[in-house]
Amino acid sequence: MTFQDRYPVALRLYPYRRSGDQDAATPVRHPVVIAGGGPTGLAAALDLGRKGHPVVVLDDHEGVGLGSRAICFSKRTLEIAHRLGPGPGLLEEGVIWQKGRVFRDRDEIYSFDLLPEEGHRYPAFINLSQVQFEKFLFEAIEHARAEGVEIEIRGGNRVDAIEATPDGTRIEVMTPEGAYNLEADWLIACDGARSPLRNMLGLGFKGRVFEDNFLIADVRMTADFPTERWFWFEPWFRSGDSALLHKQPDDIWRIDFQIGWDIDRDKELKEENILARVDAMLGEGVKYELVWSSIYTFQCRRMEKFRHGRVLFAGDSAHQVSPYGARGANSGVQDAENLAWKLDFVLRGLAPESFLDSYDAERIQAADENILNSTRSTDFLTPKSEISRTFRDAVLTLAARHSFARPLVNSGRLSVPCTYDGLPGFGPDMLGQPARSRPGAPAPDAPVDDRYLLDLLEGEFTLLGLGIEVPKETQVDGISVAGLALNDVSIGDMLRERYLGEASSAAYLIRPDQHVAARWREFDLDGVQMSVRNAVGKGDE
Amino acid sequence: MTLDLEPNLSDPDGFYEALLKAHEGLSDKESVELNARLVLVLANQIGDPATLAAAIEAAK
Repeated sequence: MTFQDRYPVALRLYPYRRSGDQDAATPVRHPVVIAGGGPTGLAAALDLGRKGHPVVVLDDHEGVGLGSRAICFSKRTLEIAHRLGPGPGLLEEGVIWQKGRVFRDRDEIYSFDLLPEEGHRYPAFINLSQVQFEKFLFEAIEHARAEGVEIEIRGGNRVDAIEATPDGTRIEVMTPEGAYNLEADWLIACDGARSPLRNMLGLGFKGRVFEDNFLIADVRMTADFPTERWFWFEPWFRSGDSALLHKQPDDIWRIDFQIGWDIDRDKELKEENILARVDAMLGEGVKYELVWSSIYTFQCRRMEKFRHGRVLFAGDSAHQVSPYGARGANSGVQDAENLAWKLDFVLRGLAPESFLDSYDAERIQAADENILNSTRSTDFLTPKSEISRTFRDAVLTLAARHSFARPLVNSGRLSVPCTYDGLPGFGPDMLGQPARSRPGAPAPDAPVDDRYLLDLLEGEFTLLGLGIEVPKETQVDGISVAGLALNDVSIGDMLRERYLGEASSAAYLIRPDQHVAARWREFDLDGVQMSVRNAVGKGDE
Repeated sequence: MTLDLEPNLSDPDGFYEALLKAHEGLSDKESVELNARLVLVLANQIGDPATLAAAIEAAK
């Protein structure tokens, strides 16, 4: 097969360069190979590289694809990015927003405020183009490389075939200069919703396609619309059955129009037809420039399993959701974080290979939660029957008059990270409250002196002692658990409310991915040891 | 009892999904009939005539 771009490249960050592997007599073996250099692949590479594992990233393109695609990055993603480096830069570059308005025709029927809770380093969401997000991750990788971290991104390297071997995968790679082979102990497939790797393994991707098309356009304009998410049902300007307007940095605005199922795709993508819809929305005399556009359908589907022996699927290759919920790129980054520390433990011999099944279980639970929310939103946006539309319209009519109907209006439920309730590897919960920091939950941020709690969790297991002493370090079968004891002086109101509630003391075991593993009222060495073993898949030993 | 027009559903999205699911595969006539029965069942749950009268007004 010849070498051809599947999409235009916006930033040529990693042009093809010949690798020594291409001239090796026998295929060179790498501990970790990642297919795909999108948000998920780059986050996984950065995390694993920083943990000390050499990583090779194969991307069939030579940089970041054109178009904003994902624009909405959640607090949890920013917290992960903070641990990996680019968090502060993302926050500075992104547009912080918290307010959304929902209109029907000309009338505002509902508004929401994400009401950022005090005492978190990061806001609920920022808007930023995916191009910029990937660039920040790439720059963090470059930065890490300068400090000796072994991450190699090979642009213009397309995976053409894979073959499972007893202890890994043999990979056939095509480049502009021809094919070569390499081998991987572990292969992470972050190659997007159309995942060629998934197809190569003949694996299914089941779910629903919603019978509607959405025209998405990014325009550049200097406008004084507020930094809010504006959503219209049946908009007065008739550019679609629904429409969305949302601000990005650098005077770029994201616009979405719901344009129906039976459309002539090529016709709708003609510039004059896109401009006609945008003109109607923005009104006469507003100057703007069309930067990027595309048409997509809503799909909600996932693989049955994300782990296939030594091949692990993450991000859109494993699960796809409709937009309007900020659940795509954000869940991909959360997949990467969940996988990185687990694979690190397996590579270091601290956990059995079977531990990676917990990646499968936890991230499938997260994917199902995302698919559920996303499906409900899409069913509201795209009523699939007359009666669905009747109820939808009744909700919109009542919402304009009575507050009770407003929570039923669904123009997208914005993502929060999954709490891994009911899964093995967590517990015990000997504290019983507060609910938000129960085992399985992502540890809520809170101020500690002049810093934040999440800053103090440094990527290993942490035993957090609140109002009690905990050992500075505990060893459990070679796993190091860092102790972090905070006394009453350091425990502010917010930390108290989020972690202690009515209790006067607590000990929290927190995983490297900042999810709570277990909690107690007092320090209990036997309990901690048992919970650490349980948390790394050695609960039965 | 006064008519509560403030949000009161503990799981609005779950309720809405269940409602649509109940209508799945029904003809238009069957859907109208299901809705009628549902209104009567819910009315019985409310019971109080003044509240029911207020609900009818609110829905008009």
